[in-house]
Amino acid sequence: MCGVCGCGEHHHHDHSHGDHHHDHEHTHDHDHMHDHDHDHHHDQKPGNTKVIQLEQDILQRNNLMAERNRGYFEALQLFCLNLMSSPGSGKTSLLEATIKQLAAQHPEQPVYVIEGDQQTSNDADRIAALHVPVYQVNTGTGCHLEADMVNHAMKHLNPKAGALLFIENVGNLVCPAMFDLGESKKVVIISTTEGDDKPLKYPHIFLEADVCVINKIDLAPYLQTDIATLRANALRVNQHLQIFEVSATQGTGMDVWCSWLLEECAKCK
Amino acid sequence: MHEVSIAMSIIDLAEQQIRASQPCTVQELELEIGKLAGIELQTLNFALTGAVKGTAFEEAKITQHIIEGKGRCSGCETEFVMDSLLTPCPKCGSYFIHILQGREMRLKSISIN
Repeated sequence: MCGVCGCGEHHHHDHSHGDHHHDHEHTHDHDHMHDHDHDHHHDQKPGNTKVIQLEQDILQRNNLMAERNRGYFEALQLFCLNLMSSPGSGKTSLLEATIKQLAAQHPEQPVYVIEGDQQTSNDADRIAALHVPVYQVNTGTGCHLEADMVNHAMKHLNPKAGALLFIENVGNLVCPAMFDLGESKKVVIISTTEGDDKPLKYPHIFLEADVCVINKIDLAPYLQTDIATLRANALRVNQHLQIFEVSATQGTGMDVWCSWLLEECAKCK
Repeated sequence: MHEVSIAMSIIDLAEQQIRASQPCTVQELELEIGKLAGIELQTLNFALTGAVKGTAFEEAKITQHIIEGKGRCSGCETEFVMDSLLTPCPKCGSYFIHILQGREMRLKSISIN
């Protein structure tokens, strides 16, 4: 693309770059006339039809907003997690257990939560009861959070520097996978009650995630779920997944999980 | 139903792109969708019929070009066609695959006159 007028044509204008600063007075031959206020090029088809060549990512608007969020998090040295799972896998319970443990052991660590649900403020109420600043986003019929919703929520939360920010996505194992929110890491949570083949049935979200938390491990002995198989299936979809095994209600594995969170927070500083 | 969001993103993006060319009639929107992008084409088509209502794209033809999934085995470097995200390497059976193409979701072009 032409770096001067941004018109998208491949101009192959030859000029040599010495160590001089030239003022871009090069002339490149345009055999078409159009205003250079956009970065795509036009092909003329027979008749009056003009083809605007774009090759643009459909989600670019969301992705740009996600990058804005990311920049904001970076400036504030925030560690931000996007928690995604099916409804009922224990996202809110994991959050409650995490907040309680951090408050008890590391009260200096600021924590904020953005809650995404289609309806109600039930989850936000549960978090607010733990005296953590929380903002509830209701998506109505929307099945996932998008970057602009997080941007809006952040302005309400106005988090302190060095904070840990959790975004609890809408309970859905499909749609949230596609939408970058600007998070530092995507976390997929799966509970043992969902069966050990879940990663194979919903591979997109496991492929997008950086971290996988297997919750309700205390129930595994009573179920047909084999945790080793579940782990293997998750890694089959995404060999880079970092896996944690926890029981949010019993406290199992919470030390390892919370230590990791604090280590990651420290890396942001 | 993330396809509704995708359909609305397509129309938003396309509207933004033709703004400089207005007034015009939109003939065609060309999309490129990868087979591994996680988009149900039927659902997307359904969502698009709703999303174009009342816009400059209501009468436009919407063409979808499907991009085949391709991967390279991280173990033996074999390149092969992937029909789904969980396609093992046909040579060594490994699932450690680097996806080369097939996750695209692009607005390729808009034809106007």
